[in-house]
Amino acid sequence: MKSRSASLLDARILVPAIGGAVRKLDPRSLIHNPVMFVVAVVTLLTTVLLAKDAFTGGGQLGFSFQIVVWLWVTLLFANFAEAVAEGRGKAQADALRRTRTETEAKLVAGDGYRTVPGHSLKIGDVVLVEAGDIIPSDGEVIEGVASVNEAAITGESAPVIRESGGDRSAVTGGTEVLSDWVRVRITAAAGSTFIDRMIALVEGAERQKTPNEIALNILLAGMTLVFVLATVSIPSFVSYAGGGVPVVVLVALFVTLIPTTIGALLSAIGIAGMDRLVRFNVLAMSGRAVEAAGDVDTLLLDKTGTITLGNRQAAEFRPVRGVEARELADAAQLASLADETPEGRSIVVLAKEKYGIRGRDMESLHARFIPFTAQTRMSGIDHDGVAIRKGAVDAVLRTIAAGRADAAVREAQAIADEVAKSGGTPLAVARDGRVLGVVHLKDIVKGGIRERFAELRRMGIRTVMITGDNPMTAAAIAAEAGVDDFLAEATPEDKLRLIRAEQAKGKLVAMCGDGTNDAPALAQSDVGVAMNTGTVAAREAGNMVDLDSDPTKLIEIVEIGKQLLMTRGALTTFSIANDVAKYFAIIPAMFLAFYPELGALNVMRLATPESAILSAIIFNALIIVALIPLALRGVRYRPVGAGALLSRNLLIYGLGGIVVPFVGIKAIDLAVTALGLA
Amino acid sequence: MTINGWIEILVFTGIVVLLARPLGGYMTAVFAGEQMPLSALLGPAERGLYRLAGIHERDEQPWTAYALSLLAFNFVGFLALYLLLRLQGWLPLNPAGMTNVPPALAFNTAVSFVTNTNWQNYGGEATVSYLTQMLGLTVQNFLSAATGIAVAMALIRAFARKSARTVGNFWVDLTRGTLYLLLPIAVVMTFVLVWLGVPQTLAPYADATTLEGAHQTIALGPVASQVAIKMLGTNGGGFFNANAAHPFENPDAVSNLIQMVAIFAIGAALTNVFGRMVGNERQGWAILAAMGVLFVAGVAVCYAAEAAGNPLVHALGVGGGNMEGKETRFGVALSALFAVVTTAASCGAVNAMHDSFMALGGMIPMINMMLGEVIVGGVGAGFYGILLFVIVAIFVAGLMVGRTPEYLGKKIEAKEVKMAMLAVLCLPLAMLGFTAVAVVLPAAVASTANAGPHGFSEILYAYTSAAANNGSAFGGLSGNTGWYNVTLGLAMLMGRFLVIVPALAIAGSVAAKKTVPESAGTFPTDGALFVGLIVGVIVIVGGLAFFPSLALGPIVEHLAVVAGRTF
Repeated sequence: MKSRSASLLDARILVPAIGGAVRKLDPRSLIHNPVMFVVAVVTLLTTVLLAKDAFTGGGQLGFSFQIVVWLWVTLLFANFAEAVAEGRGKAQADALRRTRTETEAKLVAGDGYRTVPGHSLKIGDVVLVEAGDIIPSDGEVIEGVASVNEAAITGESAPVIRESGGDRSAVTGGTEVLSDWVRVRITAAAGSTFIDRMIALVEGAERQKTPNEIALNILLAGMTLVFVLATVSIPSFVSYAGGGVPVVVLVALFVTLIPTTIGALLSAIGIAGMDRLVRFNVLAMSGRAVEAAGDVDTLLLDKTGTITLGNRQAAEFRPVRGVEARELADAAQLASLADETPEGRSIVVLAKEKYGIRGRDMESLHARFIPFTAQTRMSGIDHDGVAIRKGAVDAVLRTIAAGRADAAVREAQAIADEVAKSGGTPLAVARDGRVLGVVHLKDIVKGGIRERFAELRRMGIRTVMITGDNPMTAAAIAAEAGVDDFLAEATPEDKLRLIRAEQAKGKLVAMCGDGTNDAPALAQSDVGVAMNTGTVAAREAGNMVDLDSDPTKLIEIVEIGKQLLMTRGALTTFSIANDVAKYFAIIPAMFLAFYPELGALNVMRLATPESAILSAIIFNALIIVALIPLALRGVRYRPVGAGALLSRNLLIYGLGGIVVPFVGIKAIDLAVTALGLA
Repeated sequence: MTINGWIEILVFTGIVVLLARPLGGYMTAVFAGEQMPLSALLGPAERGLYRLAGIHERDEQPWTAYALSLLAFNFVGFLALYLLLRLQGWLPLNPAGMTNVPPALAFNTAVSFVTNTNWQNYGGEATVSYLTQMLGLTVQNFLSAATGIAVAMALIRAFARKSARTVGNFWVDLTRGTLYLLLPIAVVMTFVLVWLGVPQTLAPYADATTLEGAHQTIALGPVASQVAIKMLGTNGGGFFNANAAHPFENPDAVSNLIQMVAIFAIGAALTNVFGRMVGNERQGWAILAAMGVLFVAGVAVCYAAEAAGNPLVHALGVGGGNMEGKETRFGVALSALFAVVTTAASCGAVNAMHDSFMALGGMIPMINMMLGEVIVGGVGAGFYGILLFVIVAIFVAGLMVGRTPEYLGKKIEAKEVKMAMLAVLCLPLAMLGFTAVAVVLPAAVASTANAGPHGFSEILYAYTSAAANNGSAFGGLSGNTGWYNVTLGLAMLMGRFLVIVPALAIAGSVAAKKTVPESAGTFPTDGALFVGLIVGVIVIVGGLAFFPSLALGPIVEHLAVVAGRTF
């Protein structure tokens, strides 16, 4: 799904959207949008009146006809906006649907298995999946290890390992096993698998109005009613003045006054928000979650993989007195040659970079590698009668101290403490029972992360680092990364407690997690982002899933949530501010016949009353189309603090909303007059 | 316009602003039930009332019980006043021998005083007895004002509280507001007014023989006490038909200034109470500033229009500002200022005839009322009115900072928006709806004194004044007809209770919410940006619905006058 077309206006989406715009004239679909439903009702009314006038030969047929046409166009444009937004989701859904081909499953029965259709599987069934098979449905690996191609959902072609036990046991239906075999217990019934849910989500089929959208709809409906009152009272006011106003003009005034711009674009904004998340390879299980993301006050971030690079790296060799640094590096390198862990490799790399110590051939050394065990907490090498050990400081020193506690041991201990205090992890190296020194393994804070946290702070979001490290190490890393707070030696219960404490203060909390023990915290948090590589339990508990399993993405998710809310607010403000100019276009035109003095209100100097009214309604329709790209792309979020953000947006969408229609309506009036339309 | 005129306006504004903080502090203490010097004197009375009514001072009510108490109390108040009006002819303290008031007028008058409107379809000195004035009208002047303040206090508490179930006790708020706030200030003000020459007597009307030998009856009565509370409680119902233009109600510039300050004092101080109770006085100043911007703009337009005068009159060789319908002891500036003050607040007392204002000068009072009288506003009513606009403004603009909108840590969600829009909606419904029907009813149009746009303005002004619970009249219109008595009464009820109930519903919902701590992501609601935002929303959301009616009334009249056309 990474290779999605990112272009905003793709003909493959636009063309079907035109048909969609017409189909959406169905009243059952219109009723969901109160503003546009009202427009539809009055449009129908004027159409009927026009037809009547056409038969009875009423006056100003040409003018009425044009107004009616533009009313229909307004409706179609609104539908078009929604269809375009939905079309972009549909394109992704189609891509997903292609992966959901009918599979056959090997249902385990007794010692063997029998082949059944994939859709007949029930929750709890156990199936065997071998190399080359498609995993028939979502499930959990209960036996075996296999490499799986999950490109169908993540777009990432590199295979991933799925194994029983641990945090990488979840498999997704529709993905392919490349090698080996696994037994999978099915956890989702046919039709409700992860891919099914993804399809439903991106298609917008399950779209429900979010709380905020509901509130905004109430506001818009209220504004509409206010303008109903403003317009329906006009005929009697006018008859008092001894004049008259044609219904079609009243309808034109009404439609231009009610907030059609935001009414037309509201659902498109919501759909586009979800869509932007999907483009980031994040699936939100509900629109509510996306909105909540914008409101997040506290971000809980795991240290490893989010704030620091996943692995510690050797940063320095610190020998005890009487030992050359090079000697320590040489011993450490020898001890690490066979060590395939990232830490071990980083020691080899550092020794080469700093002291030019080359890699040596294990065979020619006649060496015996001593592997790391949880009991000894050391690894090392024996060659030519020399024994080198490296490992946890207390473990290495204990083997020595059993003999004698000399100055070197005490010194090594002091160095180790110093390293720990600075946020690093010390590794002691000893040769033949003599301590050589300490290797300083360092957590490498990701580049640019400090700036991101500063940015979050300006947004008003507090970041809390979660780590299993001891408080001393945690404090040092927290200071280096620039997080606001940290939770050291954190257990899953601690996490849950922290989230509850924050929520009790009225704050919204976001976090990400992957393990089963993260599930309670994910469920408790307001925005819980589960990693796609995580367990089924974690994926069920969160309200978003990150297909790339990149915890840093929480920051982007927050920005997308904010963008969604901002776009709604900006277009609402713009829509309401537009009314000022529309009044100045239509009111003088409407009353000119019996109160010629009101011509003074025609500040735009529009050519004729008819062209003024026509220009206003044309502007009202065209502005919808003009703003579709903004609705889909979203108003850009800048982390500059709320005050600055508001004044900027008020200037653009509030003041701009007042000024733009004056210019627009005047320009359209010039065109209408030049074309002789009115 | 003259420098002198502007200095008078400035002095008035300065006094109101200076009073806001000390009075706000006092009111905060009153409604928190703190001990104060007056407690020694009034405490026994307060506790006695509670015992009599079986009220437990510390028992608070959820918003529903608060609203029901309020509605029940106001209904009983309405019934009592209605009966008093209907039966006054048979009751004592009626030296002028007033007859019983007919049903439609009694309905209109009772509703009018219960809703703090004080629209008067009667002339005080020709219709109501002393007993009715004192026991009916003056009592309601206190109680309707205290009711408004109580609603404002409930709403303020809602924002100040966290996860609370209750918003206060209506009976306690009503009692404290009356006993400790309205009564003492009204008593002091009465003495000052008497000292300035306002009558306060129960003696019958005086008979006098003028220098020309003509015989004249001079209406008297307990005037000073009613004037004090009618201003302080933004009631506005005059003792005399001429209201504050009558020399016995408002003898000179000093009494005029005192009365104007009294109109604004409590409304302005409520913003400070709000600031104090939510823990940041700047929040209150910001709201007062928004009110101030709209007020000064209104005064400037009104004063300019009146000072410019009528070109048709200038053509006749009479220069200067428009003095028609104005008292010479007040002049153009103080008449324009009074008109804006009395309509910005929902007072409705007048010291000049608004009907005789220039078209644009008369439009400002109308706009003030159409905006829902949120510019300081009626005591309590102005404050809860502007908070409804604040909620709408916060909701629209708050979204633009990328968060669920919140005000003072309270999230503004569907329920608040729904209730705010309901309240905002009922004003155009009553104002435009009734006007639209009246202007096509020949019987209703016959009540107007002028033809053309000015006659239209008279009807529009009447319903606007009624729905906004203002009570000032555009003169001209003879309102004492069955149609106007009933419809104006309905407009007053809608404008009062269809705003109060949603406001209390918001209070209930807001009080129950958690308070989200402030962060860099919450946009500040105590700065100039917020003030500008509120002003913009009030003008656009509150005002745009009335643009067509204003165009057909005062605006076209103004343009016609400029063009030399008359109707």
